[in-house]
Amino acid sequence: MMQVSIVVNGERREAEVEPRQLLVYFLREQLGLTGTNVGCDTSSCGACTALLDGESVKSCTLLAVQADGREVTTIEGLANDGELHPVQQAFQDAHALQCGYCTPGFVMASVSLLAENPRPTEDEIRQALEGNLCRCTGYHNIVKAVRIAAETA
Amino acid sequence: MSVLGNRVVRREDPRFLRGEGTYVENNVVPDALHLTFVRSVFAHAKVSVDASAARDLPGVHVFTGADVDLPPFGPPPFPGLNQEMSRLPVARDVVRFVGDVVAIVLADSRAASVDAAELVFVDYDPLPAVVAPADALKDEVLLFPAAGTNVAARAGSPEHDENLFDGCDVVVKGRLVSQRMAPSPLEPRSAIVQRGEDGGLTAWLTTQTPHGDAGLISGMLGLDPAQVRVISPDVGGGFGAKMASIEELLVAWVATKVDRPVRWTESRSENMVALHHGRGLEIDFTLGGTSEGQILAYRVEFLQDTGAYPGLSAFLPNLTALMASGVYAIPRIEAEGASVVTNTTPLTAFRGAGRPEASQAIERAVDAFAAEAGLDPVEVRRRNLIASDVFPYTTASHATYDSGDYEAALDLVLGAVDVAELRVEQARRRAERSPTQLGIGVSTYVEITNGVDEAEFGEVEITEEGGAILRSGSMSTGQGHETTFAQIVSASLGIPIDSIEFVKGDTALVPRGTGTYGSKSTQIGGTAARLAAEGVAERAKELAADFLEVSPDDVVFDAAGGRFQVVGAPQRSLAWSELAAQAKDAGTLAELRVAEEFQSVPTFPFGAHLAVVEVDVETGKVELQRFVAVDDAGTIVNPLVLEGQIHGGVATGVSQALFEVFRYDADGTPLTTTFAAYAFPSAADLPAWETVESETPTPVNPLGAKGVGESGTIGATPAVHNAVLDALAPYGVTHVDLPANGENVWRALEEAKQ
Repeated sequence: MMQVSIVVNGERREAEVEPRQLLVYFLREQLGLTGTNVGCDTSSCGACTALLDGESVKSCTLLAVQADGREVTTIEGLANDGELHPVQQAFQDAHALQCGYCTPGFVMASVSLLAENPRPTEDEIRQALEGNLCRCTGYHNIVKAVRIAAETA
Repeated sequence: MSVLGNRVVRREDPRFLRGEGTYVENNVVPDALHLTFVRSVFAHAKVSVDASAARDLPGVHVFTGADVDLPPFGPPPFPGLNQEMSRLPVARDVVRFVGDVVAIVLADSRAASVDAAELVFVDYDPLPAVVAPADALKDEVLLFPAAGTNVAARAGSPEHDENLFDGCDVVVKGRLVSQRMAPSPLEPRSAIVQRGEDGGLTAWLTTQTPHGDAGLISGMLGLDPAQVRVISPDVGGGFGAKMASIEELLVAWVATKVDRPVRWTESRSENMVALHHGRGLEIDFTLGGTSEGQILAYRVEFLQDTGAYPGLSAFLPNLTALMASGVYAIPRIEAEGASVVTNTTPLTAFRGAGRPEASQAIERAVDAFAAEAGLDPVEVRRRNLIASDVFPYTTASHATYDSGDYEAALDLVLGAVDVAELRVEQARRRAERSPTQLGIGVSTYVEITNGVDEAEFGEVEITEEGGAILRSGSMSTGQGHETTFAQIVSASLGIPIDSIEFVKGDTALVPRGTGTYGSKSTQIGGTAARLAAEGVAERAKELAADFLEVSPDDVVFDAAGGRFQVVGAPQRSLAWSELAAQAKDAGTLAELRVAEEFQSVPTFPFGAHLAVVEVDVETGKVELQRFVAVDDAGTIVNPLVLEGQIHGGVATGVSQALFEVFRYDADGTPLTTTFAAYAFPSAADLPAWETVESETPTPVNPLGAKGVGESGTIGATPAVHNAVLDALAPYGVTHVDLPANGENVWRALEEAKQ
């Protein structure tokens, strides 16, 4: 077992983890942050996307010990005092989610995109979200939501 | 103003957006055992299992086929389906596909159960595998020797009219394979089953059909139906594949053998071989007509791959045969098919389920016919469309369509695109022998929803605050019922949507239900909700009359405002909150609870799709440049949700046309078992969707609603397929296998050069 100290959603968490423990299972099972989902086992679908020091990562492709001493933001940490983050709000307004399973990953990837590129074109949005998969929406409204979020931010 | 037809944003969304979805895997269950299935890695083999090393591990339980006392599973009791082809929930002597369950392992953690599963030694003695349906048809290797054949079922009529194509100057033949796809809901399946002190079971399942699953589990385990409670909370997509499964059954069975709760969540790699697949239908068509473009006769033959154990897929060719005529008035039709078992993952319903195949066949056939006759494919469609004034209309393939205006849909889709200008551009590129050729493809389609006359349950209850509770037998796996069904109830009662609680997916809270599949929720579940709401309003009017001390005839209900008023004395009225409070005081609140069942014949949504593609004739790469969809699903409850359903459906249909195929090698080893290997498209692979609204209500239910969950899928594949072939026409290419990916297009171009 190894000791880690990770700031998760603004709160410092000290924990013992197995060296083979993936960050996503640390978040889900040890911290109970089940908003971050697991959709595949090849780092393809992006359902597990979270922010590591503000940048999007697939938390299934990172060991918990690699996050030691760093800051992680999950979907649960995005709303401010209960008010939805502009990206979350845009996803609702644009009907950018259906079953909701890929949604936390898309929201986190979109937050990371807009931090890097506040005014992305449609093509840039599609390219930037290439690592996230959705079976329900056909992506149209997800792309629209990111545009709305960019315009309202 | 009625809330029906409004773009109401979904009220379930904040839960998902905050990461508070209630997916089964999120449940914390103290002391649960984690289950891992040991699955066959051979497609067809005799097996013997040595689990002693795993059993010796502390805290590990193992169950092999010899330990499982469940009866054989299926096949479903469809008429004509070979009943010798049943599945042992855990294989004993023979495995029939890569993924067949050979042992069950339980341990204290997920990691420990996976580790223990590695110590279950399975000895495989390989048997010849049958992978191609055409090979299965030869009956040289039998999956079920006792059945004497690999044919699981037959569909349509075997009668042939030798004169079917009499009077046809133009006759085209063609063949296409509606290829096998992995349904791929983003949420893998999970099951958690807990046994209570009374021996009853509570099962949290990722299913579209909670009541059906409860019935399966209680039946197979010999329990009273009341002893099995199924809870299906938020489900991360189903697409037809998440229904009563062998895995759920086994998790429930194991929970009766151990004294702790049991939980299972599949990995994606497991999901890709274990969750049943979709499509897998080979089609041969012959279409004949006059050189002026009048279609006279159509013959279509199917060969359905059912995979190792026949289930719903063995029935689907009946739907494909039923819908063979498409939107055309074709005087003579013959449709016939067989379903065969192969050593592959079983197939089931997947978004569209039998109808995309019908549409893919007739729409390709019409384009091939137009090309042979030297006519414009749009003009051939126009000439043969069923007219808007002949409904109800019975086709030569025996479907009775309820309502439609197919030419209007075609006009709408053509109105959205300047086809003439595109044809000029296409001609320019053809003349220049440009390496990027332009193709334009159209499909006009009709499909069938609520295909087998099902009924659905709905109950509305008024709360003491004057809100309402709707209990529905329909089940949302992402479709947005929590919003759309509340809109339906709100429209009838005048109670705000936010004061309407939607209850579904729990067999203890909803007495009956069929769940969600076949795009039937709104038309039957939504109608049941509406009828229940109307029943409540009727009863409430009587109570209001009592409280207002007038005759019920002197009370009118203002459904928009949610208020009961005395005729001629508008100041004397009761709002729901006042009525509920008085009813509570009078002890009559319980009377404001009405249950309804609504059964209906099918409805027939329709539409027209148009695709514009650019094909690189040097590499075979296809780029979809534009896609316009007209999908008419009758009365629109919520345009926002409707468009979302169309977008998702179109994406899946386009993906079948261009990207996805689940592949096996000749030994039956699956080759596309991860999202890294399976061509699931991303946002970067797909364009923006253009939709044009159309609304032709059905007369068969009071809402006027048809289904919309699958129609996008049904129209999209042939529109794109036709566009690709249109682009390749100058190169002599008349056929491209689906998916029309770079490899298949390149091969078609190379073959045409021979």
